[in-house]
Amino acid sequence: MRPILVRGGRILDPSRGIDQTADLLLQDGKVEALGQSLGRPDDAEVLDAAGRIVAPGLIDLHVHLREPGQEDIETVATGAMAAAAGGFSAVCAMPNTDPVTDNQAAVGFIVSQAQRAGKARVYPIGAISLGQKGQQLAEFGELVGAGAVAVSDDGKPVVSSHLMRTALEYARTFGIPVADHCEDPTLAAGGAMHEGLVSTRLGLKGVPAAAEEIMVARDILLAELTGGHVHLCHMSTRGSVELIRRAKEKGLRVTAEACPHHFTLTHEACEGYNTNAKMNPPLREPEDREAIRQGLRDGTIDVVCTDHAPHHYDAKEREFDDAPNGIIGLETALGLAITELVGGGLLDLPTLVLRMSTMPARIFGLPGGSLAKGAAADVVLIDPTAEWTVSPDGFFSKSRNTPFAGRRLRGRADATIVRGQVVFRRSE
Amino acid sequence: MPSRTPLLDDRALGRTLVRMATEIVERAGGTDALVLVGIQRRGVELADRLKRLIDQAEGSNVPSGKLDITLYRDDLQTVGARPVVGETRLPNLDGRTVVIVDDVLYTGRTVRAALDECADFGRPRRILLCVLIDRGGRELPIQADIVGTTVSTGPDDRVDVLVSELDGRDAVELVRG
Amino acid sequence: MSTLALGKDLVGLEPLSADQIRLILDTAEPFKEVSERPIKKVPALRGKTIVNLFFEASTRTRISFEFAEKRLSADTVNVATAGSSVSKGETLVDTARNLEAMRIDMVVIRHGASGAAQFLGQRIRSNVINAGDGKHEHPTQGLLDILTLRDRFKRIEGLKIAICGDILHSRVARSNIWGLTKLGAQVGVCGPATLLPRNVQELGVTILPRIEDAIQWADALNVLRLQLERMEAGFLPSLREYNRVFGVTSERLAKAPKDLLILHPGPMNRGVEIDSDVADGPHSVILPQVTNGVAVRMAVLYLLAGGSPDWAHQPGD
Repeated sequence: MRPILVRGGRILDPSRGIDQTADLLLQDGKVEALGQSLGRPDDAEVLDAAGRIVAPGLIDLHVHLREPGQEDIETVATGAMAAAAGGFSAVCAMPNTDPVTDNQAAVGFIVSQAQRAGKARVYPIGAISLGQKGQQLAEFGELVGAGAVAVSDDGKPVVSSHLMRTALEYARTFGIPVADHCEDPTLAAGGAMHEGLVSTRLGLKGVPAAAEEIMVARDILLAELTGGHVHLCHMSTRGSVELIRRAKEKGLRVTAEACPHHFTLTHEACEGYNTNAKMNPPLREPEDREAIRQGLRDGTIDVVCTDHAPHHYDAKEREFDDAPNGIIGLETALGLAITELVGGGLLDLPTLVLRMSTMPARIFGLPGGSLAKGAAADVVLIDPTAEWTVSPDGFFSKSRNTPFAGRRLRGRADATIVRGQVVFRRSE
Repeated sequence: MPSRTPLLDDRALGRTLVRMATEIVERAGGTDALVLVGIQRRGVELADRLKRLIDQAEGSNVPSGKLDITLYRDDLQTVGARPVVGETRLPNLDGRTVVIVDDVLYTGRTVRAALDECADFGRPRRILLCVLIDRGGRELPIQADIVGTTVSTGPDDRVDVLVSELDGRDAVELVRG
Repeated sequence: MSTLALGKDLVGLEPLSADQIRLILDTAEPFKEVSERPIKKVPALRGKTIVNLFFEASTRTRISFEFAEKRLSADTVNVATAGSSVSKGETLVDTARNLEAMRIDMVVIRHGASGAAQFLGQRIRSNVINAGDGKHEHPTQGLLDILTLRDRFKRIEGLKIAICGDILHSRVARSNIWGLTKLGAQVGVCGPATLLPRNVQELGVTILPRIEDAIQWADALNVLRLQLERMEAGFLPSLREYNRVFGVTSERLAKAPKDLLILHPGPMNRGVEIDSDVADGPHSVILPQVTNGVAVRMAVLYLLAGGSPDWAHQPGD
């Protein structure tokens, strides 16, 4: 493997508070040196990073890669490529595959598929319960041994508080977080979008914000009871943000994530029955969007994730009630984050890197998120000023279900390096 | 520049209507089974005037009605803009002598539509056509039985019939295109 | 005048302007007369093929549309879910595209999913008329309700109309709310809180907590059908209680300060939301609603099959 010299970029390493223009040398799959005018080893590839941000590779804690079971809409390989194109050097894959990733063989399968693809790293998340049926605990020990970095029944909530409690306690043995999709099933049942004025006008059954907040409150209480680490998936309401803020003030081990669509869009995006605005949790009101943005600013929400959820064109080409929930997000997340959060004056670029790289690594105990000497050579070169138009036909993902087609964004990844190798390079 | 030529002024129009009213009664053989039906819109005004003239002269109360032919137009699918449909209200037509009244007879298609529509309402014994102006240019084999006046026109010309009830004055004018 | 053009489809009353709604109501007037003739037919839509695509059972609306279509001399085909390709799982899009391939001019669709009419309209070239989509809108019902009110009161502006019943699940309620508020009426909604949408006031309506309040306040009541499924889904304890607390009964109406007009979209649950003596009584306009329904639907078909309106006769035609 050739060394890589990344020259002249603005290096942002929030793990050590570094923000300076300098060179970065990667060798043998690790960060070798960071400094001014580093010498170029003979066989080194040089990446000119003038005008670019050089940061630890982005890490997405929440994606759906659909393999095994729905390889027609995404695979580990295509998802890993899409991630790399989005600036992500690592993603964590949710276990609601078909069959469910609830055993060591399934976890190992995903690990080996990712290795074969050789693009972004893919860390499997194992199921909390067998088959995600919400009854019997999966074998966390086996899952972790095979490579799982967390457990979740995402796609579905953990309805039984008893099960959530035992999961949190049992997970402590292995030092992994339990990630919950917070949704009260009886309140949310049949809902197609946020319960509000827009759902009333469109004649669609809505999901009230309380459906999420009830489970957020419950999970926080259980985290307190058990001393376990609960990670709250895809937060969407101002009430949730408030609950998390108070939990953190109490020092509880509660972490939270939010998706770009929840800090960019509101339920108005459902107008005209746009199925590409249908996801779970749904897009909410402007006040909720604002609370998410503020939460990312003050760290109440620790990380940005995508909840990348591929769906077939035919599946979304249906009556709103019948269309499945979810949108893809790997290839638009960075652009949306820079345009909306940095461009909107809420975050500076170092804090953005903190939310999209350093904190994800820290929360899930993953390598990466840092450019310290000896750290994994997972690096992203970002052009923070590049103006581009979202055109899904050019995506590396197999799916196209995004509401952002045609949107003008600013900022994107120019190159992504994983384990010291360039796995994505923007050509133009 | 289009030129506007008066064909009938208000007094000439009045005289013509008097003569037409007499002709109607003559052709119908009296007022017993007579019904006047005006075609929307100006035909309705003219039919009202003719009815008053006839009633004055004969001491009758001739039934009259109005007919909107919009829904029977043969160009409804191609006309593009959706014509507004006016009121249709007819007395009994069965066994009557129906005189259809219109302001201008041109291609004959309006009258064709009126005949079809009347057929949906009943079976007159006889139908006569009475028009104020016959401007030629027929596209169907239709002729008027009672005519106010005839004028020869081209396809770019227009004959405007103005009635005080709708337009503030009585006149017939030819506009050459 | 081209701003009055209705466009290709009638999906709801929400997108229409007050002038467009008035245009449809005014156009319905001459069509009322057609239904009184001995030969109830005009050739206006002769040669047009219209499909009634009903994914939800509905005898009354479908028959009303069918009469409207036939009285305009159109050729009609009825497709109901039972026994059609839809029951075999063919998607809405494929069903419609198949029909379009057979050169259908217009589709009248009733479907259980909100947004289905708009979904269809965006995908086929035929005109699409919404005969009820999920809980979203039932525009021709709203129009015939408003026409019936206009017939009696000679105006809509300033009228107080109370819509009573399950507003949450009602497309008839929504269409009425849009149409009436656009024409300047005041709209009240009356029903148990479980059946009122939480943000309903933001639509510009007044909440009338009890049926007695509605009767005191309104010039007319539009009484909605209460469905058994609501009780089964836990929105209400029982239909009996609904009638006891919210039913429109003659005892309650006797206390009204003025003669209230009673409307109901049908079919009625006699003894639940409305008592028989009210439904059959002198203030009920339920049957005139049905008559107006055919005229309104003829007007809609007539207007959509062409473009924007103009005056029929230029001087000297």
